Amino acid sequence: MNTAWNIAFEQLTLGYGSRTILKDITATLPAGKMSVILGGSGCGKSTLLKHIIGLHRPQSGILRLAGQDLFALPAREFRRMRRHMGMLFQDGALLGALTLAQNVALPLSENTSLSARVLREAALATLDLVGLADFGDYYPNELSGGMRKRAGLARAIITEPSVLLCDEPTSGLDPITAAQMDQLLLDMHDRFSGMTTVVVSHDLESVRRIADQVLVLRDGAAIFCGTYAELARSRDPYLSQFLHREADEQRRMAHSARNPAVRAALDAWLNR
Amino acid sequence: MTHPAAFLRALGRPVLDFTGTAGAMFLFFLGGLRSIGTTSKIWRRSLQQIYLIGHKSLFLILLIGIFCGMVLGLQGYYTLVKFGSVGMLGSAVSLTLIRELGPVLTAIMLTGRAGSSITAEIGVMRISDQIDALDVMDINSMAYLVSPRLVAAVISFPLLTAIFDVIGIIGGYLTGVLMLGINEGAYFYRIASSVTAADVGGGFCKAVVFALIVATVCCYQGYFTHKRRDSVGPAAVGNATTSAVVISCILILAADYVLTSFLL
Repeated sequence: MNTAWNIAFEQLTLGYGSRTILKDITATLPAGKMSVILGGSGCGKSTLLKHIIGLHRPQSGILRLAGQDLFALPAREFRRMRRHMGMLFQDGALLGALTLAQNVALPLSENTSLSARVLREAALATLDLVGLADFGDYYPNELSGGMRKRAGLARAIITEPSVLLCDEPTSGLDPITAAQMDQLLLDMHDRFSGMTTVVVSHDLESVRRIADQVLVLRDGAAIFCGTYAELARSRDPYLSQFLHREADEQRRMAHSARNPAVRAALDAWLNR
Repeated sequence: MTHPAAFLRALGRPVLDFTGTAGAMFLFFLGGLRSIGTTSKIWRRSLQQIYLIGHKSLFLILLIGIFCGMVLGLQGYYTLVKFGSVGMLGSAVSLTLIRELGPVLTAIMLTGRAGSSITAEIGVMRISDQIDALDVMDINSMAYLVSPRLVAAVISFPLLTAIFDVIGIIGGYLTGVLMLGINEGAYFYRIASSVTAADVGGGFCKAVVFALIVATVCCYQGYFTHKRRDSVGPAAVGNATTSAVVISCILILAADYVLTSFLL
């Protein structure tokens, strides 16, 4: 098997049911690098990530992982391939009925016959990597959003995956915690050398810090694929607008041109 | 006047939806059964579920059972006294409970108590990506979530039905013997002489079928919460829970009629 875990999209069209979300995406996320998928809310970033991990099948096109067409593989091979991948979901997706240590140990406890003691040690050691060694006996609902994300990251890396996918790891976090999360991702990337990391984000500061490569999605298409420096130099009006956090002029005008009836009712209510 | 094609279309759509859902539920049930053999941890998880479905419902079953038996004793007494056959009260109470009310009321109570919580729990797991996370970790979500609940229901339902029957008979004793003065020996003699092994076996057979219905319907509704067409997110979990309880209760009563037809 090719051990270079690059991810390639060839004319990839994705969606749910008859609804198409991304159309004809062609790009390559290089092996061993940290790639960031960037784009506005609802542009299909998480959808692309869920297709990479094989939770949904593409409508058309080819998704290659380590050179192999992921969705043409027999079921057994597909599952074998997926064991080399780990995913951090948006809110951690930790199982509420299990403690943090049990959650982190879950991929090992369900798929191996390791003893409870060894599993706990492995879980606590991995929690230590993300700074949560003292929280092994806590339940997910007893933790903050940032801690849940870090625990989700610990669960994703306990199997030392070749491909790590992270869905908005810094969303909803304060700037300091977000920076810590970014540093954690960089540390993990260095620790597991050769690991291909794909991060979905719309946090520009985070993208600047961690990205080796950036893939920008807009209106169902990939409009840019390159380094952050190239992105920063781009003269594309949308990319420039995105990078400089400028509001969409048309939407701003639409907002200011509010229906007079709504404005009058709102004023009456506010002054009542 | 309605066009015949429009009428057929209006009739056909719900029929197709119903048969489609029924088929999907049956396949889901088979998937849950097949997954029992795929994990070595099935018994540990099933024990946890027996605790949740069985043990935690025990008090409710005791409460409903005692009142049901007391009402049966009261109603039975005032009906039988008209025909001068109050001595038959033991037979009336025990056969009604063992053949019919025990399995049906236990199943309906467990649907409300445990089934709804199964749907809500699995539904929340679905909308918060926890089931996707299981799949990503190469953990068979059917074996993890559905199979233990099927096993636990098949073990818990007959046991709770037996407890309901016994407590119901004690309830009948309280009203019939202690309150209304029927002879104690006659009450228990009638029970012993009229209840056969076939009655008890039939009651347990119903309990097992109801267990499979409730576990399958409740797990299915939770597992596919995200595919509901009427709502999304937390509202979908609420609607899925309502659907699970309503569908389970209807299927319990329908299956009861079919099973009674065969058992009599």
